[in-house]
Amino acid sequence: MMSGNNWLKWLSAVSGMFAAMGAANAGQPINMPVGVTDISANVYDMHMIAFWLCVWIAVLVFAVMFYSMFAHRKSKGYTPATFHESTTVEAIWTTIPFIILIALAIPATKTLVEMEDTSDYDLTVKITGYQWLWHYEYIDEGVDFYSVLNTPRSQINGEEAKTENYLLEVDKELVLPVGKKVRFLITANDVNHAWWVPDLAVKKDAIPGFINEAWTKVNTPGTYRGQCAELCGRDHGFMPIVVRVVEQAEFDQFLADNTTLEKDGAEYAAVTQ
Amino acid sequence: MSTVATDDHHDDHQESPYSIKRWLFTTNHKDIGTLYLWFSFIMFLIGGVMALVIRTELFEPGLQFVDPQFFNSMTTMHAIMMIFGVVMPAFTGLANWLIPMMVGATDMALPRMNNWSFWILPFAFAMMLSTLFMDGGGPAGGWTLYPPLVLQTGDALPFVILSMHFMGLSSIMGAINVIATILNMRAPGMTLMKMPLFVWTWLITAYLLIAVMPVLAGGITMLLTDKFFETSFFNAAGGGDPVMFQHIFWFFGHPEVYILILPSFGVVSSIIPTFARKPLFGYASMVYATGSIAFLSFIVWAHHMFTVGMPLAGELFFMFATMLIAVPTGVKVFNWVATMWRGAMTFETPMLFALGFIIMFSIGGFSGLMLALAPVDFQYHDTYFVVAHFHYVLVPGSIFAIIAAVYYWLPKWCGNMYNEGLGKAHFWLSTIFVNLTFFPMHFVGLAGMPRRIPDYALQFSDYNAMATYGAFGFGLSQLLFLYLVIKAIRGGEKATSQVWENAEGLEWTLPSPPPYHSFTTPPVIK
Amino acid sequence: MDKQTKNSKSVVTKLALVCVCMFGFGYVLIPLYDVFCDLTGLRFTQDSKQLVSQEIQEDTTRLVTVEFDVSMNQSMPWKVKPAISKLQVHPGRVYITNYIAKNTTQSAMIGQAVPSITPYVANRHLVKTECFCFENQPIEAGKEVEMALSFMINPKLPKDVKVVTLSYTFFDITQSAKINKLDSKESVLAFN
Repeated sequence: MMSGNNWLKWLSAVSGMFAAMGAANAGQPINMPVGVTDISANVYDMHMIAFWLCVWIAVLVFAVMFYSMFAHRKSKGYTPATFHESTTVEAIWTTIPFIILIALAIPATKTLVEMEDTSDYDLTVKITGYQWLWHYEYIDEGVDFYSVLNTPRSQINGEEAKTENYLLEVDKELVLPVGKKVRFLITANDVNHAWWVPDLAVKKDAIPGFINEAWTKVNTPGTYRGQCAELCGRDHGFMPIVVRVVEQAEFDQFLADNTTLEKDGAEYAAVTQ
Repeated sequence: MSTVATDDHHDDHQESPYSIKRWLFTTNHKDIGTLYLWFSFIMFLIGGVMALVIRTELFEPGLQFVDPQFFNSMTTMHAIMMIFGVVMPAFTGLANWLIPMMVGATDMALPRMNNWSFWILPFAFAMMLSTLFMDGGGPAGGWTLYPPLVLQTGDALPFVILSMHFMGLSSIMGAINVIATILNMRAPGMTLMKMPLFVWTWLITAYLLIAVMPVLAGGITMLLTDKFFETSFFNAAGGGDPVMFQHIFWFFGHPEVYILILPSFGVVSSIIPTFARKPLFGYASMVYATGSIAFLSFIVWAHHMFTVGMPLAGELFFMFATMLIAVPTGVKVFNWVATMWRGAMTFETPMLFALGFIIMFSIGGFSGLMLALAPVDFQYHDTYFVVAHFHYVLVPGSIFAIIAAVYYWLPKWCGNMYNEGLGKAHFWLSTIFVNLTFFPMHFVGLAGMPRRIPDYALQFSDYNAMATYGAFGFGLSQLLFLYLVIKAIRGGEKATSQVWENAEGLEWTLPSPPPYHSFTTPPVIK
Repeated sequence: MDKQTKNSKSVVTKLALVCVCMFGFGYVLIPLYDVFCDLTGLRFTQDSKQLVSQEIQEDTTRLVTVEFDVSMNQSMPWKVKPAISKLQVHPGRVYITNYIAKNTTQSAMIGQAVPSITPYVANRHLVKTECFCFENQPIEAGKEVEMALSFMINPKLPKDVKVVTLSYTFFDITQSAKINKLDSKESVLAFN
């Protein structure tokens, strides 16, 4: 039998562990980014609402449970009650969660409807996933290119120090204009991939033979990094996504500097090697 | 109902525990239960080593120890081992040991099939493990086996699929046996609504198994014919659709998730009243909640694939249906807390594991509710947040419940008490390390680390290192469990029939250890 | 005990039957999925061909932009381009356009085009009266061919849809088409 003292010792040990977890890692992110689009901010809010809701329910339920564990123990000579059902109580704790869920579902539905509305866009970029790189095509502007990881092999193998954007850097970034609604047409060449940039709150599967749609409208210029989010084979962990969002003038210059690749087999093979 | 006949038939089968023949040909529910549980523990060690390979590679950024392809086959195999090799056989083992004793039967309804359904497993898993040595390596497309990727598997593919067919066959036979036992072998007076909750949850689980394992069998057969017989179920060129496989898989996969947790609910519902010295609160609502969870599990599958590209109406439907599951699950947790309320609790090892289950399973449930919200799921999907979520419901969920069950019924099974002090140490070590392993995964997942990657960006390094320490600690703590179980089997303080002060149920009316054939005379039910 | 054995047998028979049915259900999910796709417009289904036979009134007051796109699957070495990349159309009227495909290799090949349409809701309303995707496309080594597509946007297309993207993915089915040829007489034509 454990005495009250023992309990406290264990509790402080456990909470100390979690405190250490937090303190030792102040520098590294532990939450979802708010992101740089209206949608990503909405999603972040939904996430935090759901999170705090869960925290409060947990605090309530576990408080009752822990109180009971401390107060209603045999070692204190507590005589057990014999009740084993109460229709009223059971009805209440079936109904209340139901109401909470409805309250949670309403904003979620609203955000989801916005996310799926791809109409009235300014620019279309077709994204094709390959094992293991991305291909971007500005459909109406006649510009396309491949985008491949350019972290040197020596960093991956530990022969050289790893630099800041280790595994999240590419040879050619996807460049997008700020404040414009960009529609993505997403597909894959070989197996399923998923195009994901957390700061844009866009994640969509790329499926060979089918196209998916997604969209974004970035509010702040900057460089945003993401990764393939669907297991796609050996180098799944090595096909990052980098989006550079720039002012319209710079974007126009970017388009002028680039042209269409001749997409033939030789080129494709060369790129994948 | 003559019981004399059974005696004649079975009695001479109990041979020396060291004879191979006894274990190979046994049709006894206790022997088979023991076999299942030991098999499950061995698979737990093998799957655990695979997890440690994964955690070792992820200890720090960079590729240190294994090739990415091998890493992928480790994540794939770890999942298959733990799901089909550990949790499912452990539950079947518990069912074998306990259900006949709980319903007042001599044995399972179909003892010969029982032998079969166990002995298929070692062959199935030997075949599965052998694929690691084949040309092209083991399966590396994830346990979800999504085409087209899985079709890139080397020589291993047909063997993987065949072994999964065997695992499915074994669990279907086990499920049929459980249903036949529960429906036909109950002692007179043991009505359905008098059955212990463990029996109820297993009955519902068995129906789920029978409904969905054949669907998985169909899906993986389609993979096989797509690869070798020119069908195009999942190939767009021939009019198929790779997304179709995901629908079939998760039509199986979501009920499967509940197959992995419902019997735990039964275990916890048995343990809490014993150590609270108070009857289970809301027995009937527990049964109905289990039933509704099982029903809902059939209409929520697409929440595993929100990002696949679905019409808005579909996404909304699956989001709402998924959120609904929180209601019956909440009812269960509330009922357990109400059972404890104003009881007279003591905290022996099984109770500690059961309480750990309630708290940590709830944490997994909360992250599950967050994952149900489709727009937010776009951020969570396929990240370590999901990994943290399902490990919280499976490790301190299912695995803790299985461990709790072993501590709870072990004195009954072998007649000896385990070492209580070491048992408690096992609980605290497991609890600390399991949280050290999986809690940081929430952080890296939210910060943007995808799952199933062998190497990661620098901002994820600290929490990954932490998870690796936790994983080794958790793995080593389980050796203590092994030691405790072996020690109790070999000897120790003798257990009484009732074992625990307030244990109720037919199994506690039998001596410890119970006779080879449980109830040769049907017990009288109050 | 006899009664129990008999009961057990009947339970086993019933449950085994359920298993067989559920195995079959896995396969039934395939046509069910098509129905689901058709209802929700998730994927293009063949049924929309039937719409053509109906009398449909042209809606000259409305313009919808149709975008044409193309992808190559895996190492498919053809070069395929739509003759025009987008077209403004009136719903209810049939339009004809082409895709131009060149087999850049030294050997004859067979390709199969698979259509995919966004937004999903347009799947039910983009009606193809003739399409190179209805059949597989053999092209001799080094040859370039024009492949015809005629289509109509059904006036029932919801008003908020202003752009429809029609994307084709070309698959190299040379190997499997040859195998099928051995199986059935009526398949891939006299082609070598």
